[in-house]
Amino acid sequence: MSRIASTFARLASQGRKALVPFITAGDPDAATTQELMHTLVAAGADIIELGVPFSDPMADGPTIQRASERALAKGMSLKKVLACVASFRARDQETPVVLMGYANPVEYWGLEEFARSARTAGVDGVLTVDYPPEEAGDYARALTAQEIDPIFLLAPTSTPERVALVAGMARGYVYYVSIKGVTGAGHLDVDAVARRVPEIRAAVGLPVAVGFGVRDAQSAQALASCCDAVIIGSRIIEEIEHSPPEQLHERILALIAPIRAGIDRAGG
Amino acid sequence: MQNPDLPDQKGHFGPYGGIFVAETLIPALTELRDAYAGIREGKGFSREFAAEFAAELKHYVGRPSPIYHARRWSEELGGAQILLKREDLNHTGAHKVNNCIGQALLARRMGKKRVIAETGAGQHGVATATVAARFGMECVVYMGAEDIARQAANVYRMKLLGATLVPVMSGSRTLKDAMNEAMRDWVTNVGDTFYIIGTVAGPHPYPMMVRDFQTVIGIEAMIQMRDQFGRQPDVVLACVGGGSNAMGIFYPYLGEADVRLIGVEAGGDGIDTGRHAAPLSVGRAGVLHGNRTYLMQDEDGQIIETHSISAGLDYPGVGPEHAWLKDSGRVQYLSATDDEALAAFHALCRYEGIIPALESSHALAHAAKIAPTLPREQLLLVNLSGRGDKDIHTVAARSGITL
Repeated sequence: MSRIASTFARLASQGRKALVPFITAGDPDAATTQELMHTLVAAGADIIELGVPFSDPMADGPTIQRASERALAKGMSLKKVLACVASFRARDQETPVVLMGYANPVEYWGLEEFARSARTAGVDGVLTVDYPPEEAGDYARALTAQEIDPIFLLAPTSTPERVALVAGMARGYVYYVSIKGVTGAGHLDVDAVARRVPEIRAAVGLPVAVGFGVRDAQSAQALASCCDAVIIGSRIIEEIEHSPPEQLHERILALIAPIRAGIDRAGG
Repeated sequence: MQNPDLPDQKGHFGPYGGIFVAETLIPALTELRDAYAGIREGKGFSREFAAEFAAELKHYVGRPSPIYHARRWSEELGGAQILLKREDLNHTGAHKVNNCIGQALLARRMGKKRVIAETGAGQHGVATATVAARFGMECVVYMGAEDIARQAANVYRMKLLGATLVPVMSGSRTLKDAMNEAMRDWVTNVGDTFYIIGTVAGPHPYPMMVRDFQTVIGIEAMIQMRDQFGRQPDVVLACVGGGSNAMGIFYPYLGEADVRLIGVEAGGDGIDTGRHAAPLSVGRAGVLHGNRTYLMQDEDGQIIETHSISAGLDYPGVGPEHAWLKDSGRVQYLSATDDEALAAFHALCRYEGIIPALESSHALAHAAKIAPTLPREQLLLVNLSGRGDKDIHTVAARSGITL
C-alpha cells in the first residue's frame, strides 16, 4: 500500500480527517523548507504538499505567486525540490509528500526521468495543475510506473463526464477546489462542498481533499466534517512571509495546532 | 500540399496546442468552444456571422486593406519587387482589430457584458478598448507595470476609450504576466466575462479562433494579387511574435505549394547573445499559457525574459500552429535583429513615405535581405501588420533623441 493510501486508511480507522498543509519549496530558502516540513509534521500534518515554484503560476493567487518568486530568486528548481524531499525522508519515512506544480519544468526534464528521480527522492504524489486529464495520459502513466500517485483537481463546475475522466487516472486522492477561482481567493461555501463531495468520492473511489479558502480552525472544522482531508496553503504562506526567521517555526506551530484541533473536532 | 485540417477536436496541431489549464478554467473554455462552433459552418463562418463580421470590417475597420507596390524601395534594393499588405491602414493602426471585432461579436452573442484583455505594448489593449466602446461593453485591460511605464501614449488611449487599466506587478511585469493575470480574472468572473486573447496562442480554441478571424488578411491578399498582378506572390513574409498577423496571411496560402512562406522572429541583440525573442529559432517545446509550443526557457524549464526592440514581439512563446508549421517544414522561420529591423524601418520611411511598426519592420528587414538576391520579376508580399506612429519614441531614443 502506498504511503498516501495507508495514511488515509489509518486516519479512517481512527475516525479522523487528514490535515494537508501546503508550502512552496524554497520559500524563503531550501534549508528553511526542510525544517518547516518537520515542523508541519510536529504540528499535526498528515500529508505535506510541496509547491514547485514556476515562473508563470497561472492558477495561483498573488500570495502563492509571491512565494514562487521568492523561491526562484533564491535559485530553487525542480531538482532542488527533490533534494529537499530526499533530505526530509532521511528523518521521516512516514509522512507522504505530494509535489504541486506546473507542467513545463516536468516536461523539460522528461516525464520518465522526472518520475524516476521523484521516486528515488521519496515523493508519493504529484499534482500538475495545468495537466487536465485530457492531456495527462503519458504523464500519469510515467508516474504510476514509478508507483507515484497522480493527483488531479476537480472543481464545482466539473461535469459528471469530467469526474469520470479523472476517476480513470487519479490515484491517492483528488483535490477538490472548494471555490471558483485561484488559490487564496474568495469565500468558503461549506454547504456547497458538502453537497458535492459524496458524489465525487463515490465516482472516483478515492478520498476527497478540499482546499482553496481555509484560513482558521473554524473553517477547517466546517470543511473537515464533509470531506476526507483539509488543505491549507495561502494562510501558511502569509505566515512565512510576515514572520521574522527566528519566530517562524513557533508561529507555524501556533497557526496549525488549533486547525488540527478543529479538524479533529469534526471527527468521522 | 493541401490546407491541413487542423487543429483536431482537442485543439492539437500535431504535438502542439491543446488545453493545458487548471480544471477551474475548463468550463469557460468549453463554453467558448461551443459558442465558437455555433458561428462556424464548413470551413468558414455561418452566413449570418460572416455578414455581420464583414460589415464591421468594411465600415468600421476600413477593409479591404490595399496591397501597395513599394517601387522606389524595390528599385533601391535592386532585385525582387516588394509588395505591402497595408494592415497599417486599418482603424487603430494594425491587424489586431480584425480579431477583436470577431471576438467582440462572439461575446455579444454569448451575452457577455464585460471583456478583458492582456496587452504588452498596448496595441491589443487599445484594439480591445476600441471594440468594447463600439459595442458598449465594460473593458478591463491587464498590462505589466513595466510596460505601462514604457507605453504612456497607449495607456492614455485606452483610458480615453473608457477602459479600466490594471497594472500587473507580478513576475517580470510584462506581457506574459499580464496574460497570467487576465486568466485569473477570467476564472473568477467567467459568468459575465469574455477574455479576448490578442494572438494565436493560449488554450484551444483561441489559436484556431484568432487565426480564423485574421484569415481575412490572406483571403483578401489572394484576390488582390490575382486582380492587380495576375498571379500569386513568390514569397509571403510576416513577423512572428505570438504570430497572429502571420497566421492570418499564411493560412490561405498553406495549400499553395509554389508560394514560399517565411516567418521572421525578433532576433533582439542577435540570436547568439541570448537576448532575443525567437523561440522557433532556438527554443524548445514546452507548456505555457494553456498550450504546448516552442518556448524561451532555462535549463530548469522556467520561462525566461525575452528581449526585442519591438514590444509586440517581446513574448517567450509562439502560437502552436507556427510550431507545427515549422516542424512540418511548410513555413521557414528566421529572425531579424533589432538593428536590421531599425534599418528597414528607416528605409520604408524614406523611400515610401510609410512609417512601419517595429514589429512589421522585422519582416521588412528579411525582405530587404533576400530581395537583392532574387530576379526583378519575383514578387515578395510583406504583411505590413501595423503602423509605426506608436514607435517613434523608441526609434528616437535609439538615435539619442528625446522627443
